[in-house]
Amino acid sequence: MAVSSNDVKMKSAGIGIALTVNGRAHRLELDPRTSLLDALRELLHLTGAKKGCDHGQCGACTVLVNGRRINSCLTLAVMHEDDDIVTIEGLGKPEALHPLQAAFVERDAFQCGYCTPGQICSAIGMLAEARAGWPSHATVDVAAEGTTLTGAEIRERMSGNICRCAAYPNIVAAIRDIVEGVHR
Amino acid sequence: MRPFTYERATDPRAAVAAVSRTGAKFISGGTNLLDLMKLDIEQPSHLVDISRLPLKNIEELPEGGIRIGAQAANSDVAADRRVRTRYPVLSEALVAGASGQLRNMASIGGNLLQRTRCPYFYDTAAACNKRVPGSGCAALDGFNRVHAILGASDACIAVHPSDMAVAMTALEAEIELLGDQGARRVAIDDFYRLPGDTPHIETVLQPGEMITGVILPAPPPGRQGYRKVRDRASYAFALVSVAAVVAAERGTITAARVAFGGVAHKPWRSVEAERILTGQPATMANFRAAAEAAMAQAVGRGHNDFKIELAKRTLCRSLAQLAGELRRQL
Repeated sequence: MAVSSNDVKMKSAGIGIALTVNGRAHRLELDPRTSLLDALRELLHLTGAKKGCDHGQCGACTVLVNGRRINSCLTLAVMHEDDDIVTIEGLGKPEALHPLQAAFVERDAFQCGYCTPGQICSAIGMLAEARAGWPSHATVDVAAEGTTLTGAEIRERMSGNICRCAAYPNIVAAIRDIVEGVHR
Repeated sequence: MRPFTYERATDPRAAVAAVSRTGAKFISGGTNLLDLMKLDIEQPSHLVDISRLPLKNIEELPEGGIRIGAQAANSDVAADRRVRTRYPVLSEALVAGASGQLRNMASIGGNLLQRTRCPYFYDTAAACNKRVPGSGCAALDGFNRVHAILGASDACIAVHPSDMAVAMTALEAEIELLGDQGARRVAIDDFYRLPGDTPHIETVLQPGEMITGVILPAPPPGRQGYRKVRDRASYAFALVSVAAVVAAERGTITAARVAFGGVAHKPWRSVEAERILTGQPATMANFRAAAEAAMAQAVGRGHNDFKIELAKRTLCRSLAQLAGELRRQL
């Protein structure tokens, strides 16, 4: 993949790595201590993913790596060479929102908005997990085929994302709209 | 965070060789290690990244068991069809732990090796024999509501936080290890150590050894279930949990496996409860007798006294549910 022109260096430079974010390849030289979250925010200036707790407890830093949701604060950037990383910036634009972004706006699924990028990235990962038939703690029979995303299932599967404003009912409603095909 | 150097291992033997240098540690999912490094509790000077080693497969074994590669993600194991149908207690335990994001990151080996810990282990201003051997234990006379009631010592009353390892204990899993002396297997019950006077040593893993896989023997007969009691409905550690397997014929229990989480420095197998149950009618009185036997040696430290009764009731509820499911199956 072509390396972009916006090469970035950190002062206490250590390791040179290639990072692919939102389909764009970057060449970074960074201290091995740099979390993926800090690399995204401080080096690539993708400030959508937020630093809430920095310990994997709040989910505000959630991004998609190879299609799966993870806490970008609890992983090192150097561990993600050649991975396909998608942040909220790679999902939609103000003039062309991702359906989940549109659903969050329509359902007023936030107040301050700080947790929202993490909520939306997490929901995208969660919906893919449900489509793949993954069970959850809310699933009565883990051996059963298929998953129906009830309100209880959505709340359980989204429990890694905290909303300090407690917009939970509207977050669940926005995700349900996507499940039920209101937004396409 | 303290500085460290980083390398990515390309094969298991190279990883074991790489970690032999002083101050080196393996990193896999990183969810526990990086959390503790940010707090200056873990202080490695070199990290050997084993997350890309070809140890992610789940394979069926000729004797009817399965082998789970140590680098498989918690979420992949929980969702595996063979695990869900033949070892549902393991799938249930995995989805009862952590969050969706963490389960996607955390490996099976890393889950086993997450630190046995308590809030005072995290509090660098408090005494903790696990963090600083010989410094004392602030939990003994502190806020010890979440702490151990079985197998603890005057040096440490922390509990092992894994749900997965409790299910694996009930399933009699074996841990597959690789070191510079070669490979070996250890039964999970022997893998974890009680705190004694060396609570900073949590497993029998030798320096430089790596977990390469987990072997699950063919499923034991009967119904399996994992029941977890915690302060909130999701994304919290267990106050008490029970992994149980019960087989019965015409209302009489023919075989039982019982393991507790949240009660000890390691997943707590109760052969005492299993012995009481086997050969007896599946009645609440017998479930209660098994629970009394399981907790006969339990000791509270004040705030955690409630855990003794909670563990008994959680076992009774779990056994009643499994026995009920068995009756409905007939």
